[in-house]
Amino acid sequence: MSTPLRNNVTAAVPVWKRASWNPYLVGAGIGILSWLVFLVVNKPLGMSTEVSKFSGWLASLFTGMDAVKENPYWAKTTPAFGYSTVFLVFTAVGALVSSLASKTFRWETVPAVWKDRFGVSPAKRMAAAFVGGAILLYGARMAGGCTSGHGISGTLQLAVSSWLFFIVMFVAGVGTARLLFPSKN
Amino acid sequence: MNLPISTSSGAGLALAAVFGLVFGILLNRGRVTDYNVIVNLFRFKDWTVLKIMFTAIVVGGIGVFAMTGAGWLQEYHIKDANLLGVALGAALFGAGMVLYGYCPGTGVAAVATGSLHALMGFAGMIVGGVAYALSYGWVKENLLSVGALGKVRLPEVTHVPDIAWFALLAVVWVVLYRLLPKGSTPLASKG
Repeated sequence: MSTPLRNNVTAAVPVWKRASWNPYLVGAGIGILSWLVFLVVNKPLGMSTEVSKFSGWLASLFTGMDAVKENPYWAKTTPAFGYSTVFLVFTAVGALVSSLASKTFRWETVPAVWKDRFGVSPAKRMAAAFVGGAILLYGARMAGGCTSGHGISGTLQLAVSSWLFFIVMFVAGVGTARLLFPSKN
Repeated sequence: MNLPISTSSGAGLALAAVFGLVFGILLNRGRVTDYNVIVNLFRFKDWTVLKIMFTAIVVGGIGVFAMTGAGWLQEYHIKDANLLGVALGAALFGAGMVLYGYCPGTGVAAVATGSLHALMGFAGMIVGGVAYALSYGWVKENLLSVGALGKVRLPEVTHVPDIAWFALLAVVWVVLYRLLPKGSTPLASKG
């Protein structure tokens, strides 16, 4: 087919520079990544455990690591540099490289959907993000995982805990969205 | 090469970098480093997150099932089904996710795409992690012990074999693929 380029611009953009890929292919990619991670390093994909270890490491700067290790939670999930630390950091690196390559990197304080509902105040958005992040991680640790550890890694192994997590999380999210963003009509 | 490779070895750390890099690229190109895309899932306005997650579950699950059948994988890596703790934690997680607009993985990735509110939420996650550690003793005794079934899988609980579950998930995937509208929230000019 010899479609003129100006009528078919997306086809001219190389895959590496496109701002988005087909979500089904991205999902398949994450599925295949999970095969490799299980097979090669015998671990599930996960993120929230490492974030809570990071919070323990930060706490240790104030109290010393001995005091942190006396905490019953951090005694079993001891903060230490390792595989999951590198994984977390390089998840960020991957997103950075990807957004630079597609020219979608932007400094953002108030996203569009928030702005439509709550206005342009950066302080309001920042406060909500902070409180939301705190509730999110507290819940992830209580449940034993997050969208990665439960939502993908656990569900694909047919874990009872993960399917319960997946369903309750979705229902609670929809309920919260109805409160925060009531429909206008 | 002997698998699995130790995660504390140099090779293990190098692999962590490669896996993380690929994960971060996929999250960004899947558009789930965008606050609007995630929040709009819960408003039934954008199905990108569900498309990605469900495809990952079906593709990942069938592959892991096959590798387990072939004897390449010896064990499952699943979390305890403490029914009360998981349900309460998931409810908090869902509420927090809508308020924050990200989950832990996409939040970390979004910080690296310039989202300053994602960074603020990361600071919130640190506080949430400290709060959990401080309250862990009470939570463990009073919440995690309720409905504690252990590391159980659906096939054991339901007596429906793995293969039937994956057949069901594949059918649901086809239905979603046919029903869910194409497209997603347009790339917003961020402010």
